[in-house]
Amino acid sequence: MRITADREVCCAAGQCALIAPDLFDQSDEDGSVVLLEAQPDAGRLDTLREVVSRCPTGAIRIEEDPGA
Amino acid sequence: MVDAPHPTVSMPTQRSCPFDPPDGYTPLRAQERITRMSYPDGSPGWLITRHAEAKELLTHKSFSARQEGIISPVPTELQYDGRPADPGAFAKTDDPIHSQYRKLVTGFFTVRRTRQLAPMIERIVHEQLDDLEKAGPGADLVEVFTESVPSRVMCEMIGVPESERKTLQRHVETLGRLSCTVPEALAAVSGMSGFLSRFVPARMDDPRDDLLGDLIRGGQLNEQELMGMAATLITGAFDTTGNMLAMGVFTLLEHPDQLAKLREDPELMAGAVEELLRFLTISHLGASRWALEDVEFAGQAIKKGEVVTVALPAVNRDPERYNNPDQLDIGRTDHGHLALGHGVHQCLGQHLARTILRVGYEALFDRFPTLRLTVPGDEIPMRDDFVHYGPRSLPVTWDD
Repeated sequence: MRITADREVCCAAGQCALIAPDLFDQSDEDGSVVLLEAQPDAGRLDTLREVVSRCPTGAIRIEEDPGA
Repeated sequence: MVDAPHPTVSMPTQRSCPFDPPDGYTPLRAQERITRMSYPDGSPGWLITRHAEAKELLTHKSFSARQEGIISPVPTELQYDGRPADPGAFAKTDDPIHSQYRKLVTGFFTVRRTRQLAPMIERIVHEQLDDLEKAGPGADLVEVFTESVPSRVMCEMIGVPESERKTLQRHVETLGRLSCTVPEALAAVSGMSGFLSRFVPARMDDPRDDLLGDLIRGGQLNEQELMGMAATLITGAFDTTGNMLAMGVFTLLEHPDQLAKLREDPELMAGAVEELLRFLTISHLGASRWALEDVEFAGQAIKKGEVVTVALPAVNRDPERYNNPDQLDIGRTDHGHLALGHGVHQCLGQHLARTILRVGYEALFDRFPTLRLTVPGDEIPMRDDFVHYGPRSLPVTWDD
């Protein structure tokens, strides 16, 4: 599983950093998403789905492992 | 395509219970289609009461938040009449202009930065609670505590002197009251811009070590834009969090089982704040957008220029999205409410609000464990003619 975060699309609402602070942070400069861990444990999938659903601009995506 | 039906519905605003959305939303949400709604000026538009359609609308590229196309969904003399937003007032603009302004301040409102403000917020909260103690049983919690805390926090962040705060608070209050007349609104706007036109140039000559000082030193905004930005921060911060703080206290006092649960397990606080945001959704009029072009949305043909209003309080009670949506459950783990909006305009100050609410509820119920209303809950006067819903006053008492 791999996470991608698009800082151009991000509006710095910080949902990701609120829900999963160990995986996402926000830049001090403009609050845009900073990915702390691009390949988290598969056990975090539910949390990541919540992050994707709550991100107000669709800046976060998950690529699930093929066949997983 | 079939012509849109003639609108027969106007926006529901009457509540039979202060903790629930207006009753009129429930039958509309059960209908198959989004609601054809008549706006008070006679123009036809649309009302959204379901969660999924609300999320889609608020991220849809064919819909604009630009002030010039927005009309109020309820009768009021406060209309934009096609005027664009003032420079710097980014909430009522679209990208790219919106994000150019917003990105200059987002760094101040991150999860981490707003949590770092907790000591400042705690100091203000406790000073206001000292005042409550001095005022004694019978005091109005709204006046002494809930409306003062968020305005003091924002004033401290942008360096507005305390001597100006209550006047600004009155102006924000006036501009959020739907029964406000044009002369009253003009007086409030000129009071606010009068203050900002003295305050902003003075700070430009002598920038302080605060949010406004940082914006000034950044050098990307002129005087007009700095004034627009400051006005946006003041109006965005004052009565929003204030009413949410007050509604949360009122709600917990009237749901003693939930308050007891929270006292037993303080770890529930973060989730309790989210649930109170969902359950109460104080944005009485929700969020409005207008169509930039003819567009098919949710199976309906929406014409260019038509306004669509998302009834956020109704959306957050959608039974298709939440189990037992009308039940307040501070242990609920399914958040993802739209109380703070969705899309690029999602509330800039949301994490600041969360910190203020958490610190505020904790300190209040900790210092005043026997806090209770002096009148029955159904006698509390409500702000049902304001953009943001909440109690007008909360007379409280406690045992010394």
